[in-house]
Amino acid sequence: MAEISSFTMADLADVTTPRDVFGKVLIELAREDSRIVALSTDLMLSTKLKDFAKEFPGRFIETGLTEQATVSMCAGMASCGLIPFFATFAAFATMRPCEQVRTDIAYPKLNVKIVGTHAGLSMGPGGTTHHATEDIAIMRSMANMTVLVPSDMIQTVKVVKSAAEFEGPCYIRLIRGAESPIDIYQSVEECPFEIGKAAVIKEGNDVTIIAAGAPVVQESFVAANELEKEGIHVRVIDMASVKPIDKEAIVKAAEETGGIITVEDHNIMGGVGSAVAEVVVQERPVPMKLVGVPDVYSTLGPPDELWAKYGLNSSSLIGTVKDFLKKTK
Amino acid sequence: MSEENREKLALELERKAYKLRIMELEMMRDSEASGHYGGSMSVMDILTVLYFKVMRVDPHNEDWEDRDRFVLSKGHACNALCPVLAEKGFFSRDILPTFNKLDSPFGMHPDKNKISGCDASTGSLGHGAPIAVGMAMAGKYLKKDYRVYVVVGDGEVAEGSNWEAIEIASHFKVDNLCATIDRNKYSLDGSTEGPGVFKEGGIEGTMTLEPIDKKLEDFGWHVIKCDGHDFIQLMGAYDEAARTKGRPTVIIADTLKGKGISFIEDKYEWHYGQFTPEQYKTAIDELTATLKRLEQKSA
Ligand SMILES: Cc1ncc(C[n+]2csc(CCOP(=O)(O)OP(=O)(O)O)c2C)c(N)n1
Repeated sequence: MAEISSFTMADLADVTTPRDVFGKVLIELAREDSRIVALSTDLMLSTKLKDFAKEFPGRFIETGLTEQATVSMCAGMASCGLIPFFATFAAFATMRPCEQVRTDIAYPKLNVKIVGTHAGLSMGPGGTTHHATEDIAIMRSMANMTVLVPSDMIQTVKVVKSAAEFEGPCYIRLIRGAESPIDIYQSVEECPFEIGKAAVIKEGNDVTIIAAGAPVVQESFVAANELEKEGIHVRVIDMASVKPIDKEAIVKAAEETGGIITVEDHNIMGGVGSAVAEVVVQERPVPMKLVGVPDVYSTLGPPDELWAKYGLNSSSLIGTVKDFLKKTK
Repeated sequence: MSEENREKLALELERKAYKLRIMELEMMRDSEASGHYGGSMSVMDILTVLYFKVMRVDPHNEDWEDRDRFVLSKGHACNALCPVLAEKGFFSRDILPTFNKLDSPFGMHPDKNKISGCDASTGSLGHGAPIAVGMAMAGKYLKKDYRVYVVVGDGEVAEGSNWEAIEIASHFKVDNLCATIDRNKYSLDGSTEGPGVFKEGGIEGTMTLEPIDKKLEDFGWHVIKCDGHDFIQLMGAYDEAARTKGRPTVIIADTLKGKGISFIEDKYEWHYGQFTPEQYKTAIDELTATLKRLEQKSA
């Protein structure tokens, strides 16, 4: 097995979703660092911590359905020198124990990593109770919290590794990923991810799309490549580090392309679009369009159909870009 | 009711429960849905007794303010609830195969805003019991004689919100409330009881419940233990709950996860999954054979 920092897609041949990547990378990291422990609230199988549990019996802690106490426990563990990774569905990682995260972990800047899987609309038929379209807004609004939203398998490797390597509270958002989103990056060495830094995955000067997470980064990338064929040059920025956000990349995009469209599998209130807008309005105002769930409780259905319904697939995005250009240029 | 009539009724309800299990699988097969097979089969007999013997609800007047309230706190068993509500007459069974499809009222978890006859949107575990306590306390305040029923999963019991609700209900002597714990011995990651270690692919001991009867008694609840697949016992338990004054009642129903489909019975791996067309056939054949046996018994 290669070192994590030189992983390529070949090292991920045995897994199919970013969740699996999380489970796999955490094992590698735990082999190197005995302070890492993993906690599950009855979702070990879904969050892919099963192999971790098998390999590290004393370092995997199953606490049953007890999200609030578990988050506070993580705080206690971190305050005594451990690095707890707590994984559950994004809806239950960020809403049930919200205050515990804020007061017990974020305020004292404890070294706890919270991993929310099945985020956005990716729990499709699970419906409103299981959709997580508020998690970025919630976690982003807590001071001291780092919020990372990887889009593909390789980027997930890098995000999990980076989260383990810095000291402080961190939220990692993953989708269920049953539909295997396309790979943007082929190897960890090629993947430019860094906390606080955005990656331009396609150049262009007509307009910028800023997206974070699967499947919207992929859908934006596909849409931009289609538009390129029609002579519309769209810059696409992968904003996997939602907090801290890369202000420079946003200001540069505003200056050079004159307009920004944000795309997120999240409520348009408080998420990636809001984070970008906070920079744009204060640093370099340009027209913006926020694409996401339009402040409603999302309906249920297969994830692909839901993403299409809320305008997050490439074909809708093509139309959105054209409308935006018509209105603003 | 005479003993003979009671036995007759019990048998009739048991037939109904098997018919409903078949309806559920047909719904899931026809909508090509994945879902929670284990916990929907373990709870089906409880739902059948509640909806077809115990509860006062009117499918033609779903908002009737004097109706008994029902909360399926283990909302992931929505695939059991939907056929029950259809059979009760809240909506046509013809629309069941939209289950899990775009904009359907029916999905993995019950949605009060969309499903006729559904009193609470659940699925995030640990919400149902406190909601039910609120409904029961509202009934007292409004001087209504309705009763409130909530079904909680045994893994779900661990949620702190449940223990707060347990305290509150006992503190306020909420005796128009009856909780049922579907004690099928498994949660999602494995068995509830055990040392909390990884074993054969799952966890042995996600969170110890036992002695759950003593714990609940100490919290001031009237506790009834029964076989959750014995219809005479279930009917008796709900009768006893209705007669109990001055404190809330909990029925700890001993059940089998996956009840009725032998290849998934007692297997935590079938908490959630997707049957192949062959597995649907095997399961429906087995349930149909059981139903036939029960029909012969009543003839
Ligand atoms: C707050 C919350 N955390 C996690 C889940 C995911 N989940 C769905 S069912 C389940 C296991 C529930 O076990 P139990 O209550 O025993 O239900 P049953 O065995 O009767 O199906 C889990 C963890 C959830 N729905 N809600």
